[in-house]
Amino acid sequence: MKKDLFNNTYVGWMEQGPESNIVISSRVRLARNLQNMPFPQRLHEKTGLEIINLIKKAWQADDKFLLKDMDWLGFDQLSELDRTILMEKHLVSPGHAQSSKSYNGLLVNHDGSISIMINEEDHLRIQCLLPGLQVQECLQQANEVDDILEERLDIAFDEQRGYLTSCPTNVGTGMRASVMLHLPAIAITGQLNQLVHHINQLGMIVRGIYGEGSEATGNFFQLSNQITLGQMEHDIGSNLVAMTRQIVQQEQILRDNLNRHMRIQIEDRVGRAYGVLTNARMITSNEALTHLSDLRLGVDLGIIEDISLSVLNELMVAIRPAHLQRIAGSQMDALSRDVNRAKVIKEILQSGHNSVQTADE
Amino acid sequence: MNCEECNQRPATIHLTQMFNGKKEETHLCEHCAAKKGAMLFNTDEFSIPNLLGSFLGYQVNPSGAKGAQTAANICSSCGSCFADITKTGKLGCADCYNTFVQELEPTLRRIHGNSQHIGKIPARGGGKVLIKKQIEKLKEQLQEAVGGEKYELAAEIRDSIKNMEKELG
Ligand SMILES: [Zn+2]
Ligand SMILES: [Zn+2]
Ligand SMILES: [Zn+2]
Repeated sequence: MKKDLFNNTYVGWMEQGPESNIVISSRVRLARNLQNMPFPQRLHEKTGLEIINLIKKAWQADDKFLLKDMDWLGFDQLSELDRTILMEKHLVSPGHAQSSKSYNGLLVNHDGSISIMINEEDHLRIQCLLPGLQVQECLQQANEVDDILEERLDIAFDEQRGYLTSCPTNVGTGMRASVMLHLPAIAITGQLNQLVHHINQLGMIVRGIYGEGSEATGNFFQLSNQITLGQMEHDIGSNLVAMTRQIVQQEQILRDNLNRHMRIQIEDRVGRAYGVLTNARMITSNEALTHLSDLRLGVDLGIIEDISLSVLNELMVAIRPAHLQRIAGSQMDALSRDVNRAKVIKEILQSGHNSVQTADE
Repeated sequence: MNCEECNQRPATIHLTQMFNGKKEETHLCEHCAAKKGAMLFNTDEFSIPNLLGSFLGYQVNPSGAKGAQTAANICSSCGSCFADITKTGKLGCADCYNTFVQELEPTLRRIHGNSQHIGKIPARGGGKVLIKKQIEKLKEQLQEAVGGEKYELAAEIRDSIKNMEKELG
């Protein structure tokens, strides 16, 4: 299973789920810390390993499938490439991926839907990541894992402040819920800034997910809660769901309008995107994402029929540097990365699934 | 709308922060936002801590003498001084919340308002809190029972409250 996670692109959230023509995935993350231990930022190796042992014991002592299905990955045992691959799949944070410390690690289940980052910013970061709009399901599963671990671990908690976290922005529930959205119609019709402004005023945060420092991000966004204290977990979840449903509705109306009144223009745009993606000899990540965004819209509007949304989800990860490097089997300069990216896209789009074999298989 | 920082590129990042109980908005282009460390695209976590670091910094500096005093204060559990926390935007351990309660108070209020935790309580770490919450609930039931002249039930509830209070010590 470990091998699959590193050699294949596919993980569970790439499947289709509720509203998955617009909502790619949902995620809930709970931050937890052990009592009487310095937070990870101030850890030395000895205490860090002690924490790992406590967590491992709590994990192994339980016989529920949820935890049994998980594997332990110590970061000193993983190459930087492997850690980056986990990051590109959204299973660990970029910061955590950079660490090769012996007391950093990850517990992760077979399809990546449940993962626990150990000694990242907090001792435990329990994450549940599911396809489509499934925020409450994510919360429920993350909570189950949390319950099991809390049976055997003493968690730092304060009556007034709630769960104590390394960063005061997470204190309280320690909960961050987010959805990954694809909003091409809102973007095409120039309503993005207005929407983002609106969302911020309601205490939520929007940000791009595949920016790489440029403007063209393929209209992919992440929406999450900002406030972690003074609200029930369930309410944080339902607020996010309510906001997401509004955005989905808006995006849907605009897509319908585009489809009705500008069908030819959209067909042209989608066709060109398909043309570039299947014929380019080299392509940058930003250009690829821009065209993948159009292609995704084309699939939803029935302009493209033989490509599934989950293949497109997979492609978004397959074209990132570490995944490309895994397939190529060697370090690459920017040019050969662009060449390889074009090759991977072409192969996946033409076969309808990710059949690209890794170099070491 | 153009970026407030460089006034050249369009503002694509809009931050809303609680500032002394008031909402403050910042509109930045991605470039300037990244430079400010306010929010780095392509990272998986909010970079609010960086921003927070600078917030916390404001706390110490304006009143010079007081700042020096608090800087000497060290968390006995993890050895952090407040300057460490200011620098990283992160606390050293759970006890830092108590050690630096005064220094952190304005920041916590800015981020979360005057809120108290009403969410989940851990089964172990929150043992006493759980019991206290149960006692509160029982006391309400006791009132109701007395009000409804159900004295037998009231006596039962009173006993359970006593037992629980014993548990609390
Ligand atoms: Zn943080
Ligand atoms: Zn700017
Ligand atoms: Zn401390």
